[in-house]
Amino acid sequence: MSSTTAPPRAEPPPPAAPRGPGRRPRAGRPDRSVLGLMLPALVPVVLFSVAPLVYGVYLAFTDARSGRNVDVAFVGPRNFADLLSDGDFWASFQIGLVWAVSVTVLQLAAGMGLALLLNQDLRLRWLARTLAMVPWAMPPVIVGLMWRLVYHPDAGILNATLRDIGLVSGDIDWLNDFSVALPAIIVVGVWTGMPQTTIVLLAGLQGVPRELREAAEVDGAGAWRRFRSVTLPQLRPVITTITSLNFVWNMNEFALVWVLTQGGPGGRTRLPMLYAYEEAFRYGFFGYAAAMGVAIVAVVLTVLAVYLRRQLKEMR
Amino acid sequence: MTGASRGGRGSAAGRRAGRTAGRALQYLALAGYLVFLGFPLVWLASTALKTSREMARLDPTWIPLEPTLANFAAAFGEQDLVGAAQRSLVVALASAVLVVLIALPAAYALARFRSRLNRVALGWVLVSQVFPFILIIIPVFMILRTMGLVNTLAGLVVVHVTFCLPFVLWMLQGYVRGVPPVLEEAAAVDGAGRWRTVVSVVAPLLAPGVVAALMFGFISSWNEFLFALILLKDPQVQTLPLALVRFTGPEGVVRLGPLAAASLLATIPSLVFFTFIQGRLKGGMVSGAVKG
Repeated sequence: MSSTTAPPRAEPPPPAAPRGPGRRPRAGRPDRSVLGLMLPALVPVVLFSVAPLVYGVYLAFTDARSGRNVDVAFVGPRNFADLLSDGDFWASFQIGLVWAVSVTVLQLAAGMGLALLLNQDLRLRWLARTLAMVPWAMPPVIVGLMWRLVYHPDAGILNATLRDIGLVSGDIDWLNDFSVALPAIIVVGVWTGMPQTTIVLLAGLQGVPRELREAAEVDGAGAWRRFRSVTLPQLRPVITTITSLNFVWNMNEFALVWVLTQGGPGGRTRLPMLYAYEEAFRYGFFGYAAAMGVAIVAVVLTVLAVYLRRQLKEMR
Repeated sequence: MTGASRGGRGSAAGRRAGRTAGRALQYLALAGYLVFLGFPLVWLASTALKTSREMARLDPTWIPLEPTLANFAAAFGEQDLVGAAQRSLVVALASAVLVVLIALPAAYALARFRSRLNRVALGWVLVSQVFPFILIIIPVFMILRTMGLVNTLAGLVVVHVTFCLPFVLWMLQGYVRGVPPVLEEAAAVDGAGRWRTVVSVVAPLLAPGVVAALMFGFISSWNEFLFALILLKDPQVQTLPLALVRFTGPEGVVRLGPLAAASLLATIPSLVFFTFIQGRLKGGMVSGAVKG
């Protein structure tokens, strides 16, 4: 990762290293002291994330309930069969995909636009840079509360402004309307996630060699051509990375949507995370909720694998 | 966006006109971004400065008619919020200190020795970025219940430490790598033991990294919502994000002012942190994350 390596690592390991490569003997038996130093960090990680991960997968095949002394029986794939015929789950799943894909795509488009602007020599750039950092720094709960104030049907500024422009006559209850609630929270998702995407893309843009673009300009390529055939291919690895991360993060989103709508109205914004939370902690179906978790993770991994494979192929 | 010379190979005058038009479009787009990014923040601030009488008006205005700081005073007068803020502070401080104490030796080991654990640890850091929380919240809850840590701040600290550990570990090992090993060897030659070397040579040089890691640990915990929601059912032990979400209650509009004020106050720690590391983010950390 870094070029500043310790001297024992700077020289290549001797060909006849007694215990395989990568284990250079050093004063004080490195392996044991390494383990000693790592132990305090390993214990919590194993106890509270590796073990739960394994246990969670196991729970998905049981009928575990929330009570303290409940008998837990292994039920095989029954939970998954139930999932397949659970209409609410499919609805929630669909909402989750619409949410994650829209937010990810819009984040990329909006973030790319802003990054290109910030890469130009414009006045007020500092203000945009600073403002772009703020949503990143804000706690998700506060972001949700803030947008609830914006969307508030009576006291919110959005309805007041739209009324003043004459776009709407009545009050729209943005977060409680069946048809606009999902788009409304998608806007908030883009607002929160765009800064990170912008910063990463900007870092990538600054890594694109200037000579390449200048050469294209000399050849008479217009701005759009230069962007499509010079900048974009150079940015591809960065775009692939941030898009994959954004997709997973958006699929994992909980706090923001919980604060905004709690999944309402009528489940129209109930992302899979919210649905699983309700099943587990409101109704106590631990096994069933765990099965949901497994199914969601499986789908996310599949989507990612397909996407990454395509990107890799096109990069070649 | 970079539409400066859309005219391509037109006449010089045409190109100049095109360039000016392009610039104008760029400023227009920038203005659009500024409005989109800024207006919710302005509205939050505006709401925080309004009187409760003004909040009840049907035609809200951008600028408070009679600006007041009463909402901030009201927020400080709310026992629920103040108590929750104190608990959040305790949890965040404890998490930050604990995670750095745990991560520091491991970071040192990762940066200085080469072992098979390096790969595993780094892989775990990556996985942690895309961790399926949905899969582990239930088992984590069950484990903590068995340990009697549900509804306790200690339980929340344990969870927060675990889940910001990977990133803190990665941050710190970067800082350890930045300390030239030559210095340690010099100290060793001078007869200092390993422990002595670490304490008196490495630690002072690591101080800025440790501060950054402490702040990161603090902010992660201060902002965290999902685990707090699951673990802390009893209102007596709830943290600030939970208290804020529950604050408005049935009284609705009247309490929006104090809520906005409290929200602004609750954002301050994160803002301080991000201002502090902004330079680093733009330079080292992000490019490191991108280039791998």
